[in-house]
Amino acid sequence: METLDLSVVDWSRAQFAMTAMDHWIFVPLTLSLGFIMALMETMYYRTGKTEWKIMTKFWMRLFGINFAVGVAGGLILEFQFGTNWSNYSWLVGDIFGAPLAIEGIMAFFLESTFFVIMFFGWNKVSKGFHLAATWLTWFGATLSSLWILVANAWMQYPTGTTFNSDTVRSEMTDFWAVLFSPMAMNKFFHTVTSSWIVGAAFVIGVSAWYLMKNRNIEFAHKSIKIAAGFGLLGIILALYSGDGSAYQVAQKQPMKLAAMEGLYQGNNGEGLVAVGILNPAKKEYNDSTNPFLMKITLPKLLSFLAYRDFNAYVPGVKDLLDGGYLETKPDGQTVKPVTTNEKIVFGQMAQNALKGYKIAKKTHNDSLAAVNKAIFAATSPYYGYGYVKDKKQLIPNIPLTFYSFRFMVVFGGFFLLYFIFILYIKRRIENMKWLQIVAIWAIPLAYLTSFSGWIVAEVGRQPWAIQDLLPTFAAVSDVPVGSIQATFTIFAVMFIVLFVAIVSIMVKEIRKGPEHIQ
Amino acid sequence: MDYAFYQEYWWLLVSLLGAILVFLFFVQGGQSLLYTIGKTEDERSLLVNSIGKKWEFTFTTLVTFGGAFFASFPLFYSTSFGGAYWPWMIILICFVLQAVSYEFRKKEGNILGHKTYEAFLLFNGFVGLLLFGTAVGTFFTGSEFIVNKENIYQPMMPVISQWQNPLHGLEAAFNVRNLLLGFSIFFLARVLGSLYFISNIHNPDINKRSRKQVLINAIFFLVCFLTFFIWTLASKGFAVKPETGEVYMQNAKYLHNFIEMPIIGIAMLLGVVSLLYGIGIGIFCPKSAKGIWFAGVGTVLAVLSLLLILGYNNTAFYPSVTDLQSSLTIRNSSSSYFTLKVMSVVSLCIPFVLAYIFYAWRMMDKKQIDMKDLESKQNPQY
Repeated sequence: METLDLSVVDWSRAQFAMTAMDHWIFVPLTLSLGFIMALMETMYYRTGKTEWKIMTKFWMRLFGINFAVGVAGGLILEFQFGTNWSNYSWLVGDIFGAPLAIEGIMAFFLESTFFVIMFFGWNKVSKGFHLAATWLTWFGATLSSLWILVANAWMQYPTGTTFNSDTVRSEMTDFWAVLFSPMAMNKFFHTVTSSWIVGAAFVIGVSAWYLMKNRNIEFAHKSIKIAAGFGLLGIILALYSGDGSAYQVAQKQPMKLAAMEGLYQGNNGEGLVAVGILNPAKKEYNDSTNPFLMKITLPKLLSFLAYRDFNAYVPGVKDLLDGGYLETKPDGQTVKPVTTNEKIVFGQMAQNALKGYKIAKKTHNDSLAAVNKAIFAATSPYYGYGYVKDKKQLIPNIPLTFYSFRFMVVFGGFFLLYFIFILYIKRRIENMKWLQIVAIWAIPLAYLTSFSGWIVAEVGRQPWAIQDLLPTFAAVSDVPVGSIQATFTIFAVMFIVLFVAIVSIMVKEIRKGPEHIQ
Repeated sequence: MDYAFYQEYWWLLVSLLGAILVFLFFVQGGQSLLYTIGKTEDERSLLVNSIGKKWEFTFTTLVTFGGAFFASFPLFYSTSFGGAYWPWMIILICFVLQAVSYEFRKKEGNILGHKTYEAFLLFNGFVGLLLFGTAVGTFFTGSEFIVNKENIYQPMMPVISQWQNPLHGLEAAFNVRNLLLGFSIFFLARVLGSLYFISNIHNPDINKRSRKQVLINAIFFLVCFLTFFIWTLASKGFAVKPETGEVYMQNAKYLHNFIEMPIIGIAMLLGVVSLLYGIGIGIFCPKSAKGIWFAGVGTVLAVLSLLLILGYNNTAFYPSVTDLQSSLTIRNSSSSYFTLKVMSVVSLCIPFVLAYIFYAWRMMDKKQIDMKDLESKQNPQY
């Protein structure tokens, strides 16, 4: 029997991860700088002062350079669902394709149409219309992020759908459940507001460089003031929605939570690891090796964050795989959860029942079809487990998830203090060289913090392309691994060259400064 | 309204997006003429700044075309993109390089130099269009794949759609009829690009050269397209028995479709006439710049008709020559009733989208651009 080459899965994942990461270099700046410059243009519209116009135009230029590359990466991502994840495309195209199409119709045209007016229409349209175009460009970008994040959230928490045994695929049954799933809403607010931090850090960093060079002083101060206020709002909202996200993860993706915390053996009143070093000697999830070389925990906090109860039981990797603990439901009831072994059996039963159902249908054996359909209906929530050969496949990369989570939280905290401090010291930053240096370094730091959030979200949910329904190794296309390696290499070279080019162009543009803008 | 209605409605929308996309390929056509029409550095900059304000529309339409196809006919998305891997990947690469080239071409510090970015624009203009057209050719000629939806419960090999040719899509370029369509789209885009330059740029030299290009490319286009069209009408097509869904070969299927759906036949005819009229204006009316509009409407109508006869009247729109019964029809490859219905509600905002695009387009193109615009400090230049 022909079998699927697993290296195809790995290379497809690598290619997708690389493209997504490349895309994410450009998206947060679009979402945030778009708002900042729209705010500046509003000031220009209201006061009529040229300095605001110049400021708007300067940041708009950087926005434009960034925008083109972001758009390009998005195209590859969208088509990769087909080229590299063809099984996924068919099985869930019904649900996943819809937000993508809506994104195109509702958001992309808005964004690209008004981008052109915003960018090239300064003396061609009225001031008011131009301002509207700038706001609409930002709005279009944010709206597009809503739809794509709805799609992503659905993969993490597939709600509003049922698996149809007649068409052998997952189908949408409730659009509003997909759109307003708590996972989707949290993801949208967290992703967008945390992106604001990136743009704020960018504007402050670039402005601080001007202060350091003792040029464009007023321009820099004004930019910093707007950006710091916006950044502070962003980080406060991101902290709030981040807490909501973690709560959702605890409910819907407990394995991800366990990976985020490096938690193997759960406890009641589990603490949150504030600082920790994982033990590389830990090889198996069920060996007796201590997973940590050292750790400092905040007592009972994980239980509270995950279940809003200081004494709740938080299951670890071992609990989730081997069972033997009691799960507390949101209504306070405790139940014995289905073990992983049972889930795998159910998954296999679901697949066999589906097969039996189709055969019975073909042979017009209605009673057999009905039995198989009933078995399938009962076991289909575990459908994806039928592809799992070894339950260890269900453990995501723990060190990567654990450290990325710490990185995100620690530097999220840093940015809160940073923006408060910048707002507090006001113009005194002009004489604080150390702070100017910090501000410049805060730019890459903001990006890395944003990346680390995505790593937690995406690495932590492995191996699932769609939680409990479809693991990555059943989602791929049957393309020769050599072809994927080739496209991976082409993309890698292309992304690196374009990244170097964009950084170099940005640096030149910043060095030229706002002076030459009219 | 039943399932069949929504399937047909979405085939119409996808076809319309495809038709608009082919019209918007005037951007790519224009790119491919960068060195043919633009003889000096400044002239090339003028050309780039002309189509540079439109590339986003083409790009966005391509993305939306993909998204709409994904949502409405996911089995096509899965089968074609996951199977004909190479042509689609190369098309993507062409478009990524295009997206950055406008913005980066004249920027200081762009590392690769402006000639490289111009080369990317040419690459997108030539290869992107040829491959796209060739890939669409396979909708008429068929590809080599097998679809077995029941693979999904084979844990060892769950992939539903499997391509049977090791070239993974590149084999389409060895079929003359596919190539003819590829070249048709390529030359058509160049005609449209030239017509757009005529309408958008105020410069006698560019105007003269553009008109010459309309003539040359129109001749090539007509030769390629008419050969493709007549050949296709005369060839066997992939027909479906509506009762059983069985796919079989029918003589002159596409000709029959035109005859059996006369409205589409008339639309095709009107499209061709309008396109020829637009081309005629470009060649014979040195004072008029309106050729692009007639040619544009004609292109949309003609391409729309061609795509409609592929999906309607019991036709397999993405046929498999390896296994006829694996061929995709709008019935067996679509999303569920519920999804198509939800999406149809969303589609009601399309007229609104078209309206603001039209308005924005008019605002930006009210006045032709000339060399003086390149020196304007008010707006950034590409």
